[in-house]
Amino acid sequence: MAVSISRKFISRLFGVRLVRRAVQAAILIFLLIVFNFFLIHIAPGDPVSYLAGQSGDEQYFALIRAKFGLDQPLLTQLRVYLLSVLRGDLGYSLSHQQPVISVIFGRVGSTLVLIFPAIIIASILGIVLGVESARKQNSMFDRAINVFALLGHSLPAFSIGLLLLLLFSLQLGLFPAQGMTSANSDLTGLAYLMDFILHLMLPCLTLVIVQLAQILRLTRTEMLNVLDEIYITAARAKGLGERRIIYAHALRGALIPVVTVIGSDLGMLLSGAVLVETVFGYPGVGRLMLDTIAARDYPVLLGLLLMTSVGVALANFVTDTIYPALDPRIE
Amino acid sequence: MAILDIFGTRNLLWTSTFRRFLSRDTLGTISIVVLCLFLFAAIFADVLAPFDPLKTSNDTFQYPSMHFLFGTDDLGRDVFSGVVHGSRSSLMFGVFVSLISGLIGVLVGATAAYAGGWIDDVLMRVTEFVLIPPRFFLALVVAALFGTSFFYLVIILSLTYWTTMARLVRAQVLSLKERPFVEAAKALGASPSRILLFHILPNAFPVIVTQIMLTVGSVILLQAALDFIGIGDARRISWGSMLHNGQHFIRDGWWIVVFPSLALALLVLALNILGDALNAALNPKSRTTTFSQNRAIARGYCIRCH
Repeated sequence: MAVSISRKFISRLFGVRLVRRAVQAAILIFLLIVFNFFLIHIAPGDPVSYLAGQSGDEQYFALIRAKFGLDQPLLTQLRVYLLSVLRGDLGYSLSHQQPVISVIFGRVGSTLVLIFPAIIIASILGIVLGVESARKQNSMFDRAINVFALLGHSLPAFSIGLLLLLLFSLQLGLFPAQGMTSANSDLTGLAYLMDFILHLMLPCLTLVIVQLAQILRLTRTEMLNVLDEIYITAARAKGLGERRIIYAHALRGALIPVVTVIGSDLGMLLSGAVLVETVFGYPGVGRLMLDTIAARDYPVLLGLLLMTSVGVALANFVTDTIYPALDPRIE
Repeated sequence: MAILDIFGTRNLLWTSTFRRFLSRDTLGTISIVVLCLFLFAAIFADVLAPFDPLKTSNDTFQYPSMHFLFGTDDLGRDVFSGVVHGSRSSLMFGVFVSLISGLIGVLVGATAAYAGGWIDDVLMRVTEFVLIPPRFFLALVVAALFGTSFFYLVIILSLTYWTTMARLVRAQVLSLKERPFVEAAKALGASPSRILLFHILPNAFPVIVTQIMLTVGSVILLQAALDFIGIGDARRISWGSMLHNGQHFIRDGWWIVVFPSLALALLVLALNILGDALNAALNPKSRTTTFSQNRAIARGYCIRCH
């Protein structure tokens, strides 16, 4: 008994589960790289154009061919590709005159600035509103919340963005419509920051609405399920306060699927960010993606696919490691 | 077969679901009507649209009026005709992808659950893997690499959308295969494939239909997003491509953007409400909407597993 308890404790502390999950995530990432490799080879045309871009000359192509061993057997090529990706070498972008990895990292920052506030605001608002609407089931408040969630779930991100742009920027003139900062302005310090935040408002709000709808609905239904459980009745019987029952007891039980969805929605969030960045002319990863499609800069495009996939795999891994803290029953 | 009908196991779930649905769910019934309207518009677009949606004219940026119901765009094209024709491409795309991916999902899920063992393990790992690359990015890359033809996009999206169905069907089959009527069929000497096809799957049918309904909505949104980005086929009229064009003229004509957006939202809303309503009729006791349940299952979290 004592042994099993201490083993459980150690496994929680040092994370045998964590190690297993880490190995799984590593295998997934490995497979994602292999998948990217095969995409290059299945696509019509010479694989070299997907590694070097289309605008290079023959000499450059020959260089890339030699570097990735494109005249070698497929398995050797795979090995070379894997090794170079693991070293962080995703190819060279001719349209940007930079290695792919630095092109992507150069843009990731501004997208993260957009995504992070959105996910935090949406999570907090979504959980609070979801809990409250579950508590007052079938009230006017609950109905309004439901309508909002359904609408948010059915409208695509770019439609929401365009409608917000139309209303707040063009009709009311409250926020700037395009870009990350005002063009040709020489603002510095606090004024620059304010300008930046004003530009960030609408894109961020759009992403918040999209995410909020998801989190809200999920929290509400999970809360309704949990509120039926016996342990809530027990908490009521003990005479605990309503607030304590809802937030300390019920919410904890309802939170796991919510965290799963928040954590694993990174892919959706990034897709949403691409659309929102397009609508608001915001220079992030999304705009980069469009530019590379227009320029047929395939190395960057494939690099982006790989990076976002790896990002999602990592986000799933992080969510998995948070579980035991939320629910000790999960091993 | 006859025995099954005596017990009424085969159609009970389906008919009772439908009856409960019609009697109780006003919103669901309304959404059926809305869906029928869109279907009607899609089928008879050539007759319903007053103008050729691609034909340019000198009447640019006309305000919505009796003549141009939803106004005209920068090239004088009638927005209403575009919206009517757009429903065709959206619905066709949504239905094709949902049916193909649904078929793949049913096959994978049913095989995994019925075969069990390592086959189950392998299929479920594959499902997990397919969930990782974001669909939108994958579709963008495939469109850039292989071209933007309808065919390629349908194939690639079908290959990414089957995962939720596979997990749902697997869960259904796992619970159904322990039921007495399966044992009865086994005792009568039915082969495994016959049991699966004629005894188990018909009982999972409502779940399958509901999931297909929800997939249609999601696919339509994704296709609109691709068209909005400008990746879709430019010669095909769609809501996404109308928005792609209209976003540049949002100052001059809000109607170019607003009406296709509304059509998109209305169609997807109807599909989502119908999916939810069907699910509520399916599990009268459960308050968990399909939406959240599927999401949770799709992400690998089993709602009742601990």
